[in-house]
Amino acid sequence: MIEIVNKPYSYTFKNYASKNKKILCLSGDLTSSCEVDSFRDEFPNQFVSMGMAEQNMMSFAGGLSMSGFIPFIHTFGVFTYRRPYDQLLASIAYPRRKIRIMGFLPGITTPAGMTHQAIEDISIMRTIPNMTVIETGDATEVESICEVADKVDGPVYCRMLRGSVPRLFDTPLKLSDIRVLNSGTDILLITSGICTEEALRARAALVNAGISILHLHVHTFKPFNEEKILDLLTNVKLGVITMENHLVNGGLGTMISEIISKHGLPKKLIKLGLKDTFAHGGSKQYLTKYYGFDAYALIKSIEKFIGQELNILEEDLETARIENVHSLSKAEAL
Amino acid sequence: MKNKLNSEDIALGIRRRVFEHCIKNNGAYLSQACSSAEQLAWLYNEALNIGDSIMPSIPESFSGVPHINNKNYKTGAGYNGPISSEYDRFIFAPAHYALVAYATLIEVGRMAPEGLSMFNQDGSSVEIIGAEHSPGMEMHNGTLGIGLSTAAGIAYGRKLNKDSGDTCVFMSDGELQEGQIWEALQVSVYYKLDNLWAIVDVNEQQVDGAMSDVLDIGNIQKKINSFGAKCIEIDGHDIEAMRQAKKEKHKDQPLIILARTSPYKGMEYLKKRFPRLHYVRFKSEEERSKMNLEISKELGIDPIEY
Repeated sequence: MIEIVNKPYSYTFKNYASKNKKILCLSGDLTSSCEVDSFRDEFPNQFVSMGMAEQNMMSFAGGLSMSGFIPFIHTFGVFTYRRPYDQLLASIAYPRRKIRIMGFLPGITTPAGMTHQAIEDISIMRTIPNMTVIETGDATEVESICEVADKVDGPVYCRMLRGSVPRLFDTPLKLSDIRVLNSGTDILLITSGICTEEALRARAALVNAGISILHLHVHTFKPFNEEKILDLLTNVKLGVITMENHLVNGGLGTMISEIISKHGLPKKLIKLGLKDTFAHGGSKQYLTKYYGFDAYALIKSIEKFIGQELNILEEDLETARIENVHSLSKAEAL
Repeated sequence: MKNKLNSEDIALGIRRRVFEHCIKNNGAYLSQACSSAEQLAWLYNEALNIGDSIMPSIPESFSGVPHINNKNYKTGAGYNGPISSEYDRFIFAPAHYALVAYATLIEVGRMAPEGLSMFNQDGSSVEIIGAEHSPGMEMHNGTLGIGLSTAAGIAYGRKLNKDSGDTCVFMSDGELQEGQIWEALQVSVYYKLDNLWAIVDVNEQQVDGAMSDVLDIGNIQKKINSFGAKCIEIDGHDIEAMRQAKKEKHKDQPLIILARTSPYKGMEYLKKRFPRLHYVRFKSEEERSKMNLEISKELGIDPIEY
């Protein structure tokens, strides 16, 4: 049974930031929603409430950095680049300020719909010069994020998980590393964020069906470990499948296609994720199924590659982990 | 460094220098020199507590943008002296006033006159829109509205550091149309940033023309005061009024000085172009030579040779 960790960011940030008084915790009126409410209560001198004013928050953080502090910005991912994109570039990215942006609610992990779902953040952040881009995929990665991000000499965008987070890995996140979760020769499966847990639901069924899958988990989009991907890509027989909680354009799938075309590799690529569409509000299970990037969609993609049906039914997959809509591990608000 | 000259003379020097550049180069941000010369002269000559320049008086050429591989990157802040707890920190918000800023640095002895010959030349750091690496600049303010927020962040940090120095922003009124300015005021008032102050060049002009015709923003002083900051309005060409305004007590509040100015102060002949004042580029040789003759006279200099 998979271990579920309750609010890993909450204690991770508190442990890390409380040891360095130069770290300031900024929040855009989403303090408990970003799990820094207990930090605020215990370390009020390191907490700066910025209200609902993201344009100011980004430039203000730039100013704090110019006076020797290390701002950790907390809000939902969408609010860090959609409205204050100009400020993100001019006040944070261009001058390479050591500002750590913690963007919560990646992709469809919120029932709050289009306005709250960061579905294009990776594509935007990775094209910004000087920006480092990391996505957490489990509790261990969330537990490593502050230390990893804070070591970066420049701005960092972190796609954050909150609430009940599964523990999938037993080694900390190492910047630019790529995790090999399963070795195999037929298909290269590359997943990131919550899609890694989702893909693991299909693992046993695929083993039973005799499919050999090389499964990678990507957490660092920039600087991206192209060499490792290239090395592993070259040896798979049938093709590559990417699975991301993001638009398939601009994110992980696109990055892999860039490597394939750059090196002229004869590999087919299937990109699972949101296909040039916005999403609406709903549960993670419903949305990943509705938009075709759940474990069953993965099985169907593998069938395309091998050219035959695997006769795996949805019931054959491991049970999806259902989060309660309301639980103690969640913020009261969305 | 301070008070070797009087601020009025520096202001006249700024106007002359920017005017000469405009005639020689067939265009410049000229009206901004008319409106802001006294403010910048007063800031550098009297108001700001800053150290001597730590940069070469002839600016170094462009040495690359900030990048992980560019280890030698420097901003232009060093022209305003070293960053130190006792000194003020100066943010120059309207980056298109860059030429006026450079002329000021020359007049107060922080930059060599030769520096201006590098203006808008390829490979130069003396850029037409002040960049982070341009003399006197510390950040990109070409996107208007971010200066005050940044200064507020600096001021907040400096309070935590218990710095005795203030943080000052030079702004223009057009940027008050940006929502971010009001966000910055909210946060500066909420956090009682009385180590933050700004002087705003209220020349009532923007790119498309007079602000009253483009997007009138009404009573600025009333708006800023109602946001909870201390806002004082003065004649922006009256240096004594600036001195008095700066002395106003603003405990627990940021201070915003609105300097009401004329976009053709000292060059009344420019009025003929109203409302096309944002960037003065001559339409004909006739206009150029006529303006050269008339404005030279007003500035008390011989016509510029070009």
